[in-house]
Amino acid sequence: MSETKQNIAIELVDVERSFGQQKVLNKINLAVREGTTTVIVGPSGQGKSVVLKHMLGLLQPDRGRVLVYGKDLARMRKSELKAVRQDFGVLFQNVALFDSLNIFDNVALPLRERTQAGEDEIRDNVREKLALMDLDGVEEKFPAQLSGGMKKRVGLARALVMKPRIVFFDEPTTGLDVSKSNEIYRLFFKTQARLKYTAVIVSHDVPKIFKLADYVALIHEGQILGNIPPEQFQLSDNPVIRAFVEETMGPIYSSEREERFFYEKV
Amino acid sequence: MLQRLGSEALGYLQRAGRMGCFLFACLVSIVRPPYKFRPIIRQIHFVGSRSMFVILFTGSFTGMVLALQGYYTLRQFGSEGLLGSAVALSLIRELGPVVAALMVVGRAGSAICAEIGIMRNTEQIDALECMAIDPYKYLMAPKFVAGVVAMPLLTAIFDVAGILGGYLVGVSLLGVNAGAYFQQMYSSVVWNDVEMGLVKSLVFGLLIIWICAVKGYYLHLEKSGGFGAEGVSRTTTDAVVLSSVSILVWDYLISAIML
Repeated sequence: MSETKQNIAIELVDVERSFGQQKVLNKINLAVREGTTTVIVGPSGQGKSVVLKHMLGLLQPDRGRVLVYGKDLARMRKSELKAVRQDFGVLFQNVALFDSLNIFDNVALPLRERTQAGEDEIRDNVREKLALMDLDGVEEKFPAQLSGGMKKRVGLARALVMKPRIVFFDEPTTGLDVSKSNEIYRLFFKTQARLKYTAVIVSHDVPKIFKLADYVALIHEGQILGNIPPEQFQLSDNPVIRAFVEETMGPIYSSEREERFFYEKV
Repeated sequence: MLQRLGSEALGYLQRAGRMGCFLFACLVSIVRPPYKFRPIIRQIHFVGSRSMFVILFTGSFTGMVLALQGYYTLRQFGSEGLLGSAVALSLIRELGPVVAALMVVGRAGSAICAEIGIMRNTEQIDALECMAIDPYKYLMAPKFVAGVVAMPLLTAIFDVAGILGGYLVGVSLLGVNAGAYFQQMYSSVVWNDVEMGLVKSLVFGLLIIWICAVKGYYLHLEKSGGFGAEGVSRTTTDAVVLSSVSILVWDYLISAIML
């Protein structure tokens, strides 16, 4: 796949955003290519979620543009924004399930509110999505009765129930143990292969998240670095990326250095 | 000093504007199709029928104490016969709408504010928006309709309970003539009185839902910080206080206009 042929799904152009005195985003530029998985990594508190909220239109930039399929979110009417969001699916960091609705109603809500589908059709669709997430027999339960991992899976089922073109994941594995995280990644692969959505993942689960990524971008001091394939990212010459990779994955030895290290010791 | 005064004033204006826009958006969302009746029925059940007990209870005791106080005052002028009209007029014109509204603030208004505030805090409202579901249409519109429908009905029930409570004390305990109690009531209460009570209860219904919903909805923009459980509790307290005060202020204004 050559890069020029791929369509850009989301593009951030010189986006700036401050909260009070603090400048969180300082001329962010990022392109998300259609049909790929873009992972945004970075230490906590660097504004990863803020970038995501700009893409969703939940926050407006102070300066710059957020383009979704070429249309600027900030200059849109409410009805247009709603139309754009029809293509979105979101898995929130804390899942944000509706705690007064049971699991079935949670997943069924977008279908009930946004489509003319009858109850039978809705039931089939919801059951299919829940089965896809290996969630059986939880329909009648309420979110508070489920474990963290199950909640995430319900959240994913809800995000995918409208067959979105772009799915956003805000820290999909935070707070889960290793096997539960792997479960989420497995479901991610499975659903993306089936539904062919563009994915934007915000995470600090490095290096595991690299396996999912087509492109990795690092957010550092309000700027985006990289947005390159994970192999290149790990071997990047950029000192900031290099420092991040080494901090999270341990030093990476190229053979030359490794040998020198070896000989010095001997 | 001047700067702080200015920023305070701007803050108030901003909040007032936000509240106005919120009300406008909610009212528009009520009339915009599609219409779903099930959520409206559910909210009427919550705001209305589940407030029944407290309304019946407070209504009858309000009527009882009115009769008790009224009887001893009226007896000084030898006109105990007027007790029925005194009880009915004060209930229908003033106490019914006001006390019923205060009860609904405490029971339903606080719950609405806390519910929406928690939804805001846990990103459930953001989730609705991201799913392209209009939170005004989905969350607010049924509550507004329920408030405007339930409040006059609750007020009517409060009035009836109060009049019967007054009968119990005035006629059964204190020995006022039963015929005089109702005859005086019948001849002194006119449509204008009922209309005033009705208008008040409609306005109060709207006011309660508006203030409590808007406080919860903009919880995250509260100046004192709307975060966590404490933020929700503080905002709910604010909403209850503000709605109670507004009810009394508007009660005076409507009385002044309609009398």
